[in-house]
Amino acid sequence: MLNPDLKLNQNIFEEIVETKATRDGYGEGLLYLGETNPNVIALTGDLSESTRTEGFAKKFPERFFECGVAEQNMAAIAAGLGVSGKIPFISSYATFSPGKNWETIRTTIIYNNSNVKIAGHHAGIMTGPDGATHQATEDIAITRCWPNIKVLVPCDAIEAKKATVKAGEISDPMYLRFSRDKTPIITTEDSSFEIGKIQTFWTNNNPTATIFATGYLLYYALLAAKELEQEGINVLVANASTIKPLDEKTILELAQKTKAIVTVEDHQVTGGLGGAIAEFLARIAPTPMEFVGLNDTFAESGSPKDLIEKYGLGKEAIKTAVKKIISRK
Amino acid sequence: MEELNEEKLKDLENKANKVRQLIIEMLVEAGSGHSAGPLGMADIFTAFYFHILNHDPKNPSLPSRDRLVLSNGHICPVQYATMALAGYFPIDELKTLRKINSRLQGHPHRSSLPGLETTSGPLGEGLSQAIGIALAGKMDKKDYRVYCLTSDGEHEEGNIWEAVMFAAKNKLNNLIQVIDRNYIQIDGNTEDIMPLDPLKEKYESFNWNAIEVDGNNIKSFIEAIDKAKLVLNKPTIIIARTIPGKGVSFMENDYRWHGKTPNQEEAKKALEELTAYVKS
Repeated sequence: MLNPDLKLNQNIFEEIVETKATRDGYGEGLLYLGETNPNVIALTGDLSESTRTEGFAKKFPERFFECGVAEQNMAAIAAGLGVSGKIPFISSYATFSPGKNWETIRTTIIYNNSNVKIAGHHAGIMTGPDGATHQATEDIAITRCWPNIKVLVPCDAIEAKKATVKAGEISDPMYLRFSRDKTPIITTEDSSFEIGKIQTFWTNNNPTATIFATGYLLYYALLAAKELEQEGINVLVANASTIKPLDEKTILELAQKTKAIVTVEDHQVTGGLGGAIAEFLARIAPTPMEFVGLNDTFAESGSPKDLIEKYGLGKEAIKTAVKKIISRK
Repeated sequence: MEELNEEKLKDLENKANKVRQLIIEMLVEAGSGHSAGPLGMADIFTAFYFHILNHDPKNPSLPSRDRLVLSNGHICPVQYATMALAGYFPIDELKTLRKINSRLQGHPHRSSLPGLETTSGPLGEGLSQAIGIALAGKMDKKDYRVYCLTSDGEHEEGNIWEAVMFAAKNKLNNLIQVIDRNYIQIDGNTEDIMPLDPLKEKYESFNWNAIEVDGNNIKSFIEAIDKAKLVLNKPTIIIARTIPGKGVSFMENDYRWHGKTPNQEEAKKALEELTAYVKS
C-alpha cells in the first residue's frame, strides 16, 4: 500500500491520473524564488521556453540573462555571479549542460565552490522524438562523480517545484534533472520532501525486494508493485529523489530488510542511481541487485511510451527484474 | 590612485624586478611550472597590485575591492609573487608552490588562498567568470572594476568569443580585459599555431573598445588603464604587447621557455642578470 505518512496522491492507480512535466515544476519553483529572494538569477542558452525559464524572464528581466547558444559561457558567467553573492540557475538541455560544458562546470563551479544551480532538462529517453542527441542518459554519472555537489532527480512536478525552491535556499553547487513530457503526479503539496532523504512510497507486510526508483519512472515502479502484490509478491518501493548525497542509512536499512534490490532510472545503468547504490552496498553489505535502465546503448526517436517499452524501462521490465532478483536470493 | 611621479615609477620598476627574482626562486624550487609568461607579465602585475587596484592585502574580501581575475592560470607564479610582495601572505610561503599542503596550487584555486577571485587553469574560462562578477557589481550598484587577464593562446578557445559577444551585448564598461600578447604558446609561435592578428580590429568589430600598449612599460600601461576607465558603454581590451621571459636574456622571446622552469645553474644566471638591474 501507499505510505500513508507521506500523503501521496491517492488517485495514482486510477485509469486517468493527473499529469504535469517536472520542467513545469522547475519553472514554478524558479518564479517563487524570484519573488522571495532578490539574489536569484536565471540564465539560459537560447532555451528559455522549453526549460520553463520564460516566466522568470518576463517577471524579472533585470535578473535574467540570455546567453545565446553558448553553454560554456553561461556556466562560467554563473560561476562569477555565484562568488559575488548571487544565486544563479542555469538552464539548458542536459546533453549540453552539464554535457557540453562539463569541464567548465567542474573547474569554475564545483572546484571553485560557486553557488550555482545547474538545471538539466530533457533528461532521459523519454525526451522522445528528438532522438538520442537530445536524450541525456549519462548526466547523473557525469555529475555525481564530482565532489562537492548535490544531485537531485524529482519524481513529479510537485516534487520538482519543492526541489527547486530548496536548491535556492542551500548554498552549494547543485544539479537538478528534469524531463520533458507530462508524467503522473505521485506526491501532493502536503508530502514531505528533504534533500538527501530516500522515502518509502509503497510497502506491505514482509517485502521480499526493494525497488529504488528515481525520477518519473517511480510511477512505473509503483504500478509494478501493485501488480506484483496481486501475484502474491510483496515489494517495497522507495523514491530516490536525491542521488547525492546518497541516503546510505535508508539504503542499508532497506537492503538488510529485503535482501534484494532493483534500481530503476531513465539513464544508462552505468554510473547512475544503480551504480551509486551498488558502490555503497558492495563495501558494507553486498546485496543482490538488478538494474533497470538503458543498457549500454543509445536510444532513438520515438514516442516516450514506445521507447520505454522497447528499451525495457517500464512496468513489465521492472516486474521481470523483481522476479529475477527474488529467484537469485 | 596616487599620482604617478618619477619616483613612484622608479619604485614600481624596481618592484617588478623584485617580482621577477621571486618568480625565478619559486620556479627553481618547485621544479615544474611556467617561466616565460610570468616574467613577461611582472610589470603589469606590479602596476596592478601597487598602483591600479583598490584593494587591501590585509582584508582580501573587502566588498568594495577591485577584482583581478586571472584567466590564464598557468602564469600564477607572477600573481603569487606580487601578492606576497604586496603583503597578502609571507614571502617565504612562495617556496611552497606546487608542493603538498600548500595554499599555492599549481594553478590558482580560489578557496585555497584568500585574495584569489576565481579558479583557473583550463583556458578560456576567466573572461566569462569576470563577466559574472561585473554583472553582479552592476546589479548591486557597486563601483568596483573587474580586470581580467587573459593570454593570446587562450583566444583559440571558443569560450573566449562567447564571452566577448556577451560582454559587448551587455555594455560592461566596468570590465577591462588585459591580454598578454606575447605571441608564444606551448607548441610554438601563436601565428604559426593559429593566427590571431589583426587582434585590435577583431575586438573593435565585436564592439569592444581596444587599446594597444607596450605591456613592459609600466607608465604606458597605467595610462591605458586610465583611458579605459573613461569609456562609458563598452568593455575595453588592453592589448599588452609583452616580451615573454622579460628580464632574463636567454629566455626572452623563446617559446621553449613557455612551459619549463630553469635548473639551478640557469636560475643562478637569471638572478645575476636581474639583480644587476636596479633603477635609480
